[in-house]
Amino acid sequence: MSDSPPPSRPVAGPDEAALARILQESREIRGVSLWQDAWRRLRRNRAAMASLVFLITLMLAAIFTPLLPLQSPIDKDLNNRRFLPPNAESVVMGSRPGLKFEDGRLTAQLAKYQAEIAEQRAEILAISDPVERAEQLAAFDTRSSVEHPFNQLWNQLGPVAFTMCRIRVAIFGDWAVPSLFGTDKLGRDLLSRVFWGSRVSLVVGIVATIVSLIIGVSYGAIAGYLGGTVDAIMMRFVDMLYSIPFIFVVIFLVTFLGEDSVKKILDDYGIEQITIFYIIIGAIYWLTMSRVVRGQVLSLRHEQFVEAARTVGASPARIIFRHVVPNTLGVVIVYLTLTIPSVMLFEAFLSFLGLGVAPPDVSLGLLLNDGVEALSIVELFWWVVVFPGAALALTLFALNFLGDGLRDALDPKMKNRS
Amino acid sequence: MKDLLSYAIRRFGWMLLTVWAVYTVSFVLMRAVPGNPFSSERTVPPAIERQLRARYNLDAPPIEQYTDYLVGIVTRGDLGVSIRLEDYTVNEVLAEGFPVSASLAILALVFALTLGVTAGVVSAVYRGSIGDVALMATAVLGIAIPNFVLASLAILLFVFLIPIFPAAGWGTLRQVALPALCLGAPVAAYVARLTRAGMLEVLGREHVRTAFAKGLPKSTVILKHVLPGALLPVVSYLGPATASVLTGSLVLEKIFALPGIGSHFIYAATQRDYTLAMGMVLTYTVLLFVMNSLVDLSYAVIDPRVKLQ
Repeated sequence: MSDSPPPSRPVAGPDEAALARILQESREIRGVSLWQDAWRRLRRNRAAMASLVFLITLMLAAIFTPLLPLQSPIDKDLNNRRFLPPNAESVVMGSRPGLKFEDGRLTAQLAKYQAEIAEQRAEILAISDPVERAEQLAAFDTRSSVEHPFNQLWNQLGPVAFTMCRIRVAIFGDWAVPSLFGTDKLGRDLLSRVFWGSRVSLVVGIVATIVSLIIGVSYGAIAGYLGGTVDAIMMRFVDMLYSIPFIFVVIFLVTFLGEDSVKKILDDYGIEQITIFYIIIGAIYWLTMSRVVRGQVLSLRHEQFVEAARTVGASPARIIFRHVVPNTLGVVIVYLTLTIPSVMLFEAFLSFLGLGVAPPDVSLGLLLNDGVEALSIVELFWWVVVFPGAALALTLFALNFLGDGLRDALDPKMKNRS
Repeated sequence: MKDLLSYAIRRFGWMLLTVWAVYTVSFVLMRAVPGNPFSSERTVPPAIERQLRARYNLDAPPIEQYTDYLVGIVTRGDLGVSIRLEDYTVNEVLAEGFPVSASLAILALVFALTLGVTAGVVSAVYRGSIGDVALMATAVLGIAIPNFVLASLAILLFVFLIPIFPAAGWGTLRQVALPALCLGAPVAAYVARLTRAGMLEVLGREHVRTAFAKGLPKSTVILKHVLPGALLPVVSYLGPATASVLTGSLVLEKIFALPGIGSHFIYAATQRDYTLAMGMVLTYTVLLFVMNSLVDLSYAVIDPRVKLQ
């Protein structure tokens, strides 16, 4: 559809001119979709918009944490840097004597390491026997990747995070942000720990919420669409699950999964414990979502577009997931923004009890646990609890405000009103 | 009345089913762990280990263990022997810890309701005032700060800096007050928000306008005509509130070193004391179920339009 009438055909009679004008006008009128309307209303809600901006910033910061010029989140310095209050003294990466880095600088060590690697590699490549060469090369590669200097400063970087760390070193060199948040009881920089911890907490929150979204929406939509006895049975089941104190079951499950033999079995299948952790949390937060979606679907399933889809012979599965579910999106998004904070809180709670994310991984819950342990009257190390606490509280705050704002914005009763 | 009875019976049936399901899942998980409680201990002579296994019924086939244990629970209420706590049965642990946890939870709920409802009413009546904004900001804060952080800050503040409360211990009201306050705080915050929303909705209704028009004093209108209607969402929140208080008591008992069942549960979980953990899970399931049923019942009593199903 082009925006102007084709110029090649001249306007003939007055009727056609009128028609063209009307068409022109109708093109200029824009319908306001639900989403545009909601967005318009959301933009007026200052608290929600501030939260949205904050959350997007946080999300970007979490994704690109390895790129930021932060100090090492795991490098301990028990001699000189325990419980340093927040300060702005400049720090050089890899300067701790215990690391035994060349010149006390990460870049120098990296250069030395790469030179050594290249040399040794060349030696191996000089081996004439191809089989032996391949073997030695493989062994050497695994060994050298373990010995990489990054492994002393960062914990188990994935391939993407590893690349990001390299880019970070290439851009910022040895420079790192000073310990603006102070250091903790093992002399680790709190600022970088808060960043890395937020990353883990956010990932737990989002992944678990997505799991709960998938289960809850499918379950609720199927129950609501099929209706009748199926619906009654499915919803009775949800009622029953509501009465189970899931926290306790989860703690029980986490304990069970932490058992060495079980861990080994999982490792054999290549499943990490934290993955299971996400899935378990997600699997218990779908109940409310399924109820809400079911309620929506119940009111949608006699709408004309559903009838139409059925008339042209669409299968129930197609009707549910292509026609009905997209129409419940508004409510789902609202509940999504309210589920993420409760999941994050739950993760913090479990980590606090020592049942969640395990060190050397960091999460906000673990940081808070450290902070609470360090609280004492003798010396007031307030920064170890205030900064992680503030990070968690701010995130939850923002998510709550955004959820409330979205609920108001997507409320159909508010349509075309202020 | 007949409704009530049949409702109670049906709920009881559902409860049995739920508890049974929880029991089965926990049992399967417990037995799915290879080895037995004695295999990890210092090596015991095989003869003694056989005796121990016989004593704890671990040598029977799994199905028999399953039914024996179930029969024990149903007929004698016997949850078995704790694997890690020396010389304790699960029942004894529960009997010791339960009064502590129950009084803590009840106190926390009472506190949360009084404070939450009062704050909600005040901020709804004085909507838009500085007081309203301040109260609601506090409420959001209460929801966003995990209660274990709140508890540690409260200890720092009220035990050390301004010594009003003792740091730990159990028995007197002063010792209970601080943990209960911290435990109830998030619930209070939520209740305050719910009350405020409910109040605002009811305040806009016709019958309230009529009541004001008749010249009734403001306090009468608020307390008699607005509040009962506004409290319905709060009542339906009581079920989740109980769950959250029970959950929160796990950490708070740890922080305040209270001898409740929550701290035992954490211990059981981290020390892999399966019988104790299972006993706790079953107890909490029953508690939560009873509480949810009571909430549903009271809901039907308060709002005559609600039919019990």
